[in-house]
Amino acid sequence: MATAHTPLTHLQRLEAEAIHIIREVVAEAERPVMLYSVGKDSAVMLHLARKAFYPAPPPFPLLHVDTTWKFQDMYALRDRMAKESGMDLLVYQNPEAAERGINPFDHGALHTDMWKTEGLKQALDKYGFDAAFGGARRDEEKSRAKERIFSFRTASHGWDPKNQRPELWNLYNARKNKGESIRVFPISNWTELDVWQYIHLNDIPIVPLYFAAKRPTVERDGLLLMVDDDRFPLKPGEVPTLRSIRFRTLGCYPLTGAVESEAKTLPEVIQETLLTTTSERQGRAIDKDAGGAGMEVKKQQGYF
Amino acid sequence: MSEPIYVTDQLIADDIDAYLDTHQHKTMLRFITCGSVDDGKSTLIGRLLYDSKMIFEDQLDALHADSKKVGTQGQEIDFALLVDGLAAEREQGITIDVAYRFFNTEKRKFIVADCPGHEQYTRNMVTGASTADLAVILIDARKGVLVQTRRHSYLCHLIGIRNLVLAVNKMDLVDYDQATFDAIVADYAEFAKSIGIESFTALPISGFKGDNITALSANTPWYSGPTLVEHLETVEVNSARDAEKPFRLPVQWVNRPNLDFRGFAGLIASGSVKPGDEVRVLPSGKTSTVTRIVTMPSGPAGASATGGDGDLPEAVAGQSVTLCFADEIDCSRGNVIALADQPPQVADQFEATLVWLNDEALIPGRAYWLKLATQTVSATVQPPKYAINVNTLEHVAAKTLDLNAIGVAEVTTDKPLVFEPYGENRTLGGFVLIDKLTNATVAAGMLHFSLRRAQNVHWQALDISREAHAALKNQKPAVLWFTGLSGAGKSTIANLVEKKLHRMNRHTFLLDGDNVRHGLNKDLGFTEADRIENIRRVGEVAKLMADAGLIVITAFISPFRAEREMVRAMLPEGEFVEVFIDTPLADAEARDVKGLYKKARSGQLKNFTGIDSPYEAPINPEIRVDTTAMTPKEAAELIVARLLGDD
Repeated sequence: MATAHTPLTHLQRLEAEAIHIIREVVAEAERPVMLYSVGKDSAVMLHLARKAFYPAPPPFPLLHVDTTWKFQDMYALRDRMAKESGMDLLVYQNPEAAERGINPFDHGALHTDMWKTEGLKQALDKYGFDAAFGGARRDEEKSRAKERIFSFRTASHGWDPKNQRPELWNLYNARKNKGESIRVFPISNWTELDVWQYIHLNDIPIVPLYFAAKRPTVERDGLLLMVDDDRFPLKPGEVPTLRSIRFRTLGCYPLTGAVESEAKTLPEVIQETLLTTTSERQGRAIDKDAGGAGMEVKKQQGYF
Repeated sequence: MSEPIYVTDQLIADDIDAYLDTHQHKTMLRFITCGSVDDGKSTLIGRLLYDSKMIFEDQLDALHADSKKVGTQGQEIDFALLVDGLAAEREQGITIDVAYRFFNTEKRKFIVADCPGHEQYTRNMVTGASTADLAVILIDARKGVLVQTRRHSYLCHLIGIRNLVLAVNKMDLVDYDQATFDAIVADYAEFAKSIGIESFTALPISGFKGDNITALSANTPWYSGPTLVEHLETVEVNSARDAEKPFRLPVQWVNRPNLDFRGFAGLIASGSVKPGDEVRVLPSGKTSTVTRIVTMPSGPAGASATGGDGDLPEAVAGQSVTLCFADEIDCSRGNVIALADQPPQVADQFEATLVWLNDEALIPGRAYWLKLATQTVSATVQPPKYAINVNTLEHVAAKTLDLNAIGVAEVTTDKPLVFEPYGENRTLGGFVLIDKLTNATVAAGMLHFSLRRAQNVHWQALDISREAHAALKNQKPAVLWFTGLSGAGKSTIANLVEKKLHRMNRHTFLLDGDNVRHGLNKDLGFTEADRIENIRRVGEVAKLMADAGLIVITAFISPFRAEREMVRAMLPEGEFVEVFIDTPLADAEARDVKGLYKKARSGQLKNFTGIDSPYEAPINPEIRVDTTAMTPKEAAELIVARLLGDD
């Protein structure tokens, strides 16, 4: 018998679990796709997908549900990573939202609903994807803590939290009826710290906005917003101030709050993350809608 | 308040690289907490998160506000609110689904599955337990060992959790009394022994006050440790044990980007593998040698999270890898790669424990999908040998298994499965059953052993093949499977079809529902289970006759889609011809040749199809006969023309 082996570390186990999940989906779904939002969680998920099928490129496309309001740096990294991974990149923008000029400054919650929730549903229907990978983690938010790794959606993309399939061992039941789809979360069991450390150990490219730099900012409703392009409507007399900032999560730039920081390297970012006293999603306006049950309601409506 | 001893802020602040190095090398323990409704599970988990500083200020602010609004602890913090996630639960103050939580200490990362204690949610507990290394069984010190305690312990033991922690909670409410604690432990020990639990660790705690969670409590000077966290940090995890077992890798995916590369990808279920190892692919039994263990090179040299760059010198249980072989041998998804001289078993009949997870009860004899590792086969379950009363743990007679029921039954698969007893290998012994129509996961199962029948009854290879039989008769065998309501005209039309074929020198045989029930199936009644067995036997007979080269015609109501599909699966592609004799219920009832509808309507005849038992019409039958649009003679001509048109 072989000598005793060193136990796997938590990151090795999380990595192996995620790769196993990704391969199961590809083996059992007809048209899988990876939702790619260009954030750090997407970066890790993409890396895991490449690792799962190496030396082949992952046998599915990347889908970016674009709100047209992402940071410029995000668009740049998106295009670079699609090229580097050898995967097809599909970019979808809800035509109705574009036509009506829906934007985060004038339309508030409607912006997220039209561009993201509706846009995602339209894109999945348009291409007929029956399985979509997402980078959500259970430690992010309370309703996500109870979601399965394989999460079923009705033909109208609804989520029924009371009627989830039991998920035993590492056996995933990917069977579904026509029109139904699955959202799959390979990094469900990762924490924010795990994601950072994995990026660090594997040298995974991420958007530079995660690192501190002097950037033009204004303060709105307690959020520190970055003026990323000239669509930002400044109030009379308002002048953007250069501050050393970085972002803990990335979304639409007018909805994403920055933190003042001097962390310019990954270890410094991780250090700051660990010593901080507020949670990661705190910079996001989206969770605060609809009282305490915000995300749960959004998910039932089809939000990722 | 106890000290947050585990996240060392000072180290993070002073030397982040040193901290990251420590964190990188942490192992992971997955555990579940179970107990009955008010035992304080959520409070304990909230406390663990709070003490390990996994709660941020904004969450804490929300917690303070919520505690005042809906909390059950007066003005004090209600930790349970941290973990009761779904809106419905917060209103009811109970946990209704498995929730996963995360925290770190200096030695380990932990994933906690918070499992509800209600009887109707046994399925959630089994779900949470299936991935756990350890279980914390909570007991309210004021109440002692309850029926729920026994049930949860039994389920944890059944799922194979070897590390059990008995956490006697709410010690603050019994004045930290040692005698109370000792009595509960003695009581539990007796029970544990009776169900075969070899050992457990008992601790006196208070989740609410924080006693003996992270630090030994001054309130229990009679208790010398360990604390709950110390214990969680040091117990052995499953994956460490799995690494020392024989090598098994269920193949998930064959990676073939070009003609020069062919790799077999999967998660190693047990053991370890090195280049040069001789391996065997099951069920085929073909052997080859491992040439490479491929993973993607990434990161700075030597720093990769999987401990290697590109090809690995060795891989162990729990790692996802891709193997390359020296020889081009057949190997595909569902196969298992094993060490050549220690292969797992292959069989198609088993004894298994089943935990039923669905509102719709088990139907013995019905075909379900069975998924085990990466193998998916069609399987049927015999009526249970017995069910287990989870409260008394007695064996009780059972004809089926309802939601949350546990029983032992024989399982038969349509193709051989590569397996190991669940006690030896969770991955190759644990399976789920999936309903073929709704796609719901209806049961979890654990294989005990293969039945001798399957091991000792080998398939006898015969020299005269089914092709030879058919060739001599100069025809293509087929099974014309008539289905439809009673009185639709199945027997009449089937009879005409056979006469016509006979005149055309075809070798045929007609199996009629009523006639078969006079002999082969005279022991069967009309319950759902008996009707399924009726169809299974007829299917097997029809298959033998088709093997003999005959054109078989069957006339049975065969009301359930699943059973018709079961027969279709028994036969080679294209030989099963489903003939739907489509008659509106009103027409069949008006005809009522045998007077059966009248009897059924008056309640003299139970389980009559169309009246008080459903008829599931075919979705895509090969032939559909609309009896309102043609005569039986025209129908017979249509069927014969369609059948021979294929010749």
